Amino acid sequence: MKYLSEFRDPEVVEHYLEELHKVATRPWTIMEICGGQTHSLVKNGLLNLLPKQITMVHGPGCPVCVTPLNLIDKAVYLAEEKGVILCSFGDMIRVPGSSRSLLEAKANGADVRILYSPLEAVKIAQEQPERQVVFFAVGFETTAPANALSVLHARRLGLTNYSILASHVLVPPAMEAVINDGEAQIQGFLAAGHVCTIMGLEEYEPIVQRYHIPMVVTGFEPVDLLQGILMTVKQLENGEAKLENQYSRVVKANGNPEARKVIEQVFEVSDREWRGIGNIPLSGWEVKASLAEFDANRKFSISIAKASECADCIAGQVLKGIKKPFECSQFGKGCTPITPLGAPMVSSEGACAAYYHFAEADAV
Amino acid sequence: MPKLDFDVITLGHGSGGILTNQLLESGVFDLLKNPLLDEHHDGAMFEWSGRTAFSTDSYVISPIFFPGGNIGELAVNGTVNDLAMCGAVPKYLSLSFILEEGLTMKEFWEILVSIRRAAEKAGVSIVTGDTKVVERGKGDKIFINTSGLGHIHPQAHISTKNVRAGDKIIVSGAIATHGIAIMSVREGLEFETTLTSDSAPLNHTVKALLDEFGTDIHLLKDPTRGGVASVLNEVARDSRLGVNLFQQPIPVLEEVRGACELLGLDPLYVANEGVFMAFVPAGKAEEIVQKLRTLAYGQDAAVIGEVTTEHPKQVVLHSRIGGKRVVNMLVGEQLPRIC
Repeated sequence: MKYLSEFRDPEVVEHYLEELHKVATRPWTIMEICGGQTHSLVKNGLLNLLPKQITMVHGPGCPVCVTPLNLIDKAVYLAEEKGVILCSFGDMIRVPGSSRSLLEAKANGADVRILYSPLEAVKIAQEQPERQVVFFAVGFETTAPANALSVLHARRLGLTNYSILASHVLVPPAMEAVINDGEAQIQGFLAAGHVCTIMGLEEYEPIVQRYHIPMVVTGFEPVDLLQGILMTVKQLENGEAKLENQYSRVVKANGNPEARKVIEQVFEVSDREWRGIGNIPLSGWEVKASLAEFDANRKFSISIAKASECADCIAGQVLKGIKKPFECSQFGKGCTPITPLGAPMVSSEGACAAYYHFAEADAV
Repeated sequence: MPKLDFDVITLGHGSGGILTNQLLESGVFDLLKNPLLDEHHDGAMFEWSGRTAFSTDSYVISPIFFPGGNIGELAVNGTVNDLAMCGAVPKYLSLSFILEEGLTMKEFWEILVSIRRAAEKAGVSIVTGDTKVVERGKGDKIFINTSGLGHIHPQAHISTKNVRAGDKIIVSGAIATHGIAIMSVREGLEFETTLTSDSAPLNHTVKALLDEFGTDIHLLKDPTRGGVASVLNEVARDSRLGVNLFQQPIPVLEEVRGACELLGLDPLYVANEGVFMAFVPAGKAEEIVQKLRTLAYGQDAAVIGEVTTEHPKQVVLHSRIGGKRVVNMLVGEQLPRIC
């Protein structure tokens, strides 16, 4: 497959691995921000091919994992008590809320639908004007343009039965939170390629400067990841801290201006609670007040008591890169993808699920 | 299609009364005609002896019509293939329908015609059956159950107990095609593709292998729901041996590979309906692959793995780029990823 097979070429992989072994002389700790990168590292068995000096720490970039418990409870409430058609991306529906997941709500008779695009939810709203349709709009900057577009689309169609339950989170504030937390002692970052495809590079330069930390915008295929790691290690070995772009075939410096325009029309920056991590100031997007009728939070005035997380789950420490999934006492025992205690065990981008599904053959 | 007084299925068609008889006499019996069925009795009566395989399966696929087939031929091929995986030569099938009120006669007829065609192709007779109708909303247009009987091939001895360390694992054709073809027409997920389901009767191909290689075929499995990964995990668990799976030679159609990339699915977990896996001694593997490639539905056959005493009960994938990872049993349904 063109544009894919060449980035999975065993010879090229071999070449970058050799290069990495040559370049890395000291131990380095690098965080890949995006869950998609974690997934690919583990799925392709790359972690056990890296030089021993390089420790990859998995970041908080799994949208499903950081969506607050309270919001899942709200989605379940909307589906069960308000009789809405609750539409969601696939891996969100298995994440446990405080009493149950959307999948369990579905089994109990709630109308929960798995969609690939929020525009499909708008179509459902158009076809069933007598029902309220809510799209569970989770994600980082990557899914925001489509979610925002669905609101604009619904407004253009004059729909009064469509709204989104938004839980958008932003990468740069999360990076700073991880650095400031300090415990994970991250020395370099692989920035999330697809997030930068939308947002461009400019928000990252200040972080690189302020914390003097190398950062390489990186793609998702084996060759991308190895090249990104190599570029980071070279900077570290040379004592440099620069913003570089490994994923230049996709990421432009100014991102995707059209997509950003759509986002700006619908969302505004707000404080946001991250599941497992806590409140991070100005780290999310919420629907603008002027579009309140498309904001499920305002439209349905839901108030649900905040529930507390499962005490045994160390998702927060995993998401901040402080602990590896297998350092959790419940990993693979009390907590599996069938009986997840925390969200990182659900999404395939969650570090726990990635380790569970694609455990390194040597580690087991 | 016969001329009828009704064009949709109603509750009455499952009542056992006049409407049921009208439905059956309208052409169903004629379509599936054979001496045992022609008795129109409560069950089929026949002589039978020898080693036998007996299997049953229910079909609830949605949508009922999909690129490359419909629920009817799937219901025939599915049970035919289950029998073939036992090393049997399928002979008789039963056929039970649960119809949802409102199913059009045109759809039902089209499914029946496919059933007949599939039965002919597989060389089996439908010798007994049943039809029930449930209220609208209580079913999903049509559910089908088929059960089947077949004599076990005299040279066959198929069992997980026969699997040995060193055995090679052969797959008969490109994997994941059926699941992706179905997904391409699922509501809310339509994407354009020329892919068609791989649904096919595998019994003739399997028989040809057994004729020539007999007990060298240690185990046969068809990776339907749960895909190749689930079958290999079952075998590893039951045999207490490990499986090494090699990513490079696994045949996957380019279009299927692309769709899996887009949808965030792993082809190893996607369903197949016209593919089987054979566990065979290493020394015979190449010969068996060459033979398979001359047979129907076997052109893309390849060795994709081997059985090992290392890592018992575990399936380890050796990725194209030299990495290794454990391939687990599928958990729930494969769910699409967000980004």
